[in-house]
Amino acid sequence: MSQLVNTEGAREEFRRRSQIAVWGVLGLFCILFLRFVWLQLIEHDRYSALSENNRVSLIPNIPPRGVLYDRNGVVLASGDWGYALEVIPEKIPDLPALWAQLGEVVRIEAVDLRRFRRLREEGRPFEAVPIRQRLTEVEVARFAAQRYRFPGVEMRTRDWRSYPFGPTFSHLIGYIGRISQKDKLALQEAGRWSAYRGAQYIGKAGVEKRYEAWLHGQTGFDHVEVDSGGRAIRSLGQTPAVAGANLTLHVDAGLQQVAEAAFGPYRGALVALDPTNGGLLALLSKPGYDPNLFVDGIDADAWRGLNESLDRPLLNRALRGVYPPGSTIKPFMALAGLELGLRKPSDSLADLGYFSLSAGGHRYRDWKKDGHGTVDLHKSIVISCDTYYYRLAHEMGIERMHDFLLQFGLGERSGVDLDGELAGLMPNAAWKTRRFKQPWWPGETVIAGIGQGYMLATPMQLAVATMAIANDGVIYKPQIVRAWRDPKDGRSHTAAPEVVRTLNLKPEHLRLVKAAMQAVTQPGGTAAGAGTGATYTFAGKTGTAQVVAMNAAGGSVSGSARHRDNALFIAFAPVDKPTIALAVMVENGGHGGSTAAPIARKVLDYWFLGQTTPGAAAMPAPGPASDVMTEEGDHAD
Amino acid sequence: MQIDRTVATVVREGVRAAFRHADPVLLGLILALLTLSALTVASATSGAYLAGHLINMGVALVAMLFLTQVPPQRLIHFAAPLYVVGLALLLGVTVAGDVVNGSRRWLNLGVTRIQPSELMRLAVPMAMAAYLHYRQEHLSNRHFVLAFLLLALPVGLIMRQPDLGTSLLILASGFFVLFLAGLAWRVMAGLVLLLGAVTPLAWMFVLHDYQKQRVLTLFDPASDPLGAGYHIIQSTIAIGSGGLFGKGWGQGTQARLDFLPEGHTDFVFAVYSEEFGLLGNLVLLGIYAAIVTRGLTLSYNASGMFGRLLCGAITLTFFTYALVNMGMVSGLLPVVGVPLPLVSYGGTSMVTVLLGFGILMSVSSNKSLVKT
Repeated sequence: MSQLVNTEGAREEFRRRSQIAVWGVLGLFCILFLRFVWLQLIEHDRYSALSENNRVSLIPNIPPRGVLYDRNGVVLASGDWGYALEVIPEKIPDLPALWAQLGEVVRIEAVDLRRFRRLREEGRPFEAVPIRQRLTEVEVARFAAQRYRFPGVEMRTRDWRSYPFGPTFSHLIGYIGRISQKDKLALQEAGRWSAYRGAQYIGKAGVEKRYEAWLHGQTGFDHVEVDSGGRAIRSLGQTPAVAGANLTLHVDAGLQQVAEAAFGPYRGALVALDPTNGGLLALLSKPGYDPNLFVDGIDADAWRGLNESLDRPLLNRALRGVYPPGSTIKPFMALAGLELGLRKPSDSLADLGYFSLSAGGHRYRDWKKDGHGTVDLHKSIVISCDTYYYRLAHEMGIERMHDFLLQFGLGERSGVDLDGELAGLMPNAAWKTRRFKQPWWPGETVIAGIGQGYMLATPMQLAVATMAIANDGVIYKPQIVRAWRDPKDGRSHTAAPEVVRTLNLKPEHLRLVKAAMQAVTQPGGTAAGAGTGATYTFAGKTGTAQVVAMNAAGGSVSGSARHRDNALFIAFAPVDKPTIALAVMVENGGHGGSTAAPIARKVLDYWFLGQTTPGAAAMPAPGPASDVMTEEGDHAD
Repeated sequence: MQIDRTVATVVREGVRAAFRHADPVLLGLILALLTLSALTVASATSGAYLAGHLINMGVALVAMLFLTQVPPQRLIHFAAPLYVVGLALLLGVTVAGDVVNGSRRWLNLGVTRIQPSELMRLAVPMAMAAYLHYRQEHLSNRHFVLAFLLLALPVGLIMRQPDLGTSLLILASGFFVLFLAGLAWRVMAGLVLLLGAVTPLAWMFVLHDYQKQRVLTLFDPASDPLGAGYHIIQSTIAIGSGGLFGKGWGQGTQARLDFLPEGHTDFVFAVYSEEFGLLGNLVLLGIYAAIVTRGLTLSYNASGMFGRLLCGAITLTFFTYALVNMGMVSGLLPVVGVPLPLVSYGGTSMVTVLLGFGILMSVSSNKSLVKT
């Protein structure tokens, strides 16, 4: 009974109190309403005028974008400015007539008109759209004199970004471009949009994109009172802009240029790393594109040309090109054999030129038809014996092979500070079940032993794996940025090397494999030609990977240049204390020893001697294999 | 034919069941508000956010209808676990939260990031209402003190993040529970005095510089026209220039020309006000007042103490959000980063508010089932 009274009492109390609350709500809303009356009726004229004139106006100060330097201070990307002509299309009744008139004063080409149309489609109504960029001094003077003829056309200073090396660094540095609606949404999401007020450009690819937050800086504002004509009459204050940070990269511009030249007419990729810290010394993907084209919106024709080219210049082969590693996998397989106790250095095999899983079964052929005779571990690397690794792989089994090679970063992203890296593929039975719902066949293990079949790696991964051998098992994360200067306090910072993992490998095993790799570049080795006359020691391994299946006779299905094998070469130097580790991949280059290794040699010559040695390792023209010692991934089917 | 008819019947029955516990008056008011919201967000973002906004609304409405189905006697069992989980997450944020804009508010769960303080907006009044419900037979000051501790703990943690706006609003929601439960007037008077004494201390030792700046700017926006004052100057210009009838839908210049930042989120009211004018504001205030009145009426009709207190607090908190936001945008209150409930763009707030109304509808509709 008392409970009932109590709850009834509480309910009654609730009623009283909620009535009070309702009165409170109404009272407070009345205050709010009075405020609205004040703003919207009494002060309406004043605010209306303010709104009309946008009297409080913020003029954004776009911060200078950070400069990119190579390791020696060479400028790779920098800010610049020039005069541009801009048009507000809605204010011009007859655009073609304007172009005709304007054409008398400044040069206007079809490209400019195409770009104008594209930018106009992307822009917002009543936004100024550039028709010409970077006017010459003469053009500036002529337009200034005749400005009165062109209402609605304005000449403004515009920031610019220039990439002095053009295509050479396209896949590393990337480019900036106009801020798209998508970029805007992403920036708003990240709470960074205010830093971009008034800004026009944002990093779209490469380092420009990855380090956007550092390079961009923070937009500042001049806060000014303006009259009804939009002219500033009084400054109310200023928030200074914060400049973007200048970045110094590990990359060596000279090295990169030499690498690009060394590829000659070939397509492919080269990645060079500093094994002492993971610094990225060169990252080349050929062909490249001219990043300068993108800065103000590439015109449709140029874009179509790049996008539809069979050579795929927009593909970053160094990070996104996945290729069978071919025979470059052999030193790692040899290490696996030693570490897992499957092989002793002295173990040798009589190579008859093929390997079979069972007597009379399918013959997995060596690239040399009659075999290499007696082959031990050292020789297997030097002459790139396939039979040796067919057998080793078969004994090892795919699971152990998968687990061992995975440690070298094959089949996983290196973590380099660029977007879009692919992970390649290190297959095993579980993967195949997942992917194809089929069991793993023993024959697939056999060809995996020479880096064929499902196994795929990017040039970046091969370079990282090579670094692991060069470094006695220490794998650093590849880093692009070496140092940066914080514009807020002007202090310089150096990037700390990051160890991804340290492999536990026996020193004597490493010594054996390194010695064999060194012999590869010496007389009798598969890259002997590329090693001729080198004044420093270097270790390497050639590779040749099929692009299309061979026919039964062992010949190429098609003689077409795009069906030729990919040529690969991995190397590090000097052998005892390496300062560079690299991977070269030449698409349809034919043989690793004849095409890829000479490119590596030129890069190493630059690295150690500062110049290319004339005479050594001349670049053969694309065509039939030359007479340097070659190998061939000649397994039937 | 037969099957078609059956399907139609099933659908009709399903819809009827979904709306069975939804209070038609409250639902109508909410839908009116959401309509204004869609119009304003569409205008403020030139349509860019409209689709996302409508999806948020749809999700939130479904969540609300779902919650109307849960009877209050079951809801009360969730009060304690929800509170404990929320508190644990808040502690998690304190230890390992993600820092966004200088505040540690988000907890990264691997799959998604959550803001535990949002959860506490409902969990705190629920826990307090449940506690007082269980002690209702002999309620004394001691119980009020313990209920206050339930409130103070999360509020303190959220204040430390720092997120002053949310912590004060949760404090308000907890206070509403105590107030509606019959907290003695003299205790409230004492609290007001205490608040007066603590404020100067808080100013000196607790508030961060940016928070002080916001308060100072309120009194003189022109002193900092670029930073903290910029929002207020631009939003008052937007409101003031709207006049009696407004500039018309889609005609607001302040938001369009990017003078008004965050025109679709916290400052959406400025866009609304610029385009619909004083009359529009009157309509908006009318809808809010009607929702609050209806909400309190429904709360009073709830027969259990838990439902009554929780619903009353939810309603008054909803009002507080609206009041604080409109006060902030029109330059009466400091900028505290509170969305305008059911109008601002933003999924979390939309869902939280409508979940609250789901509880409200459930409690009022299921009253006959509750024994006490």
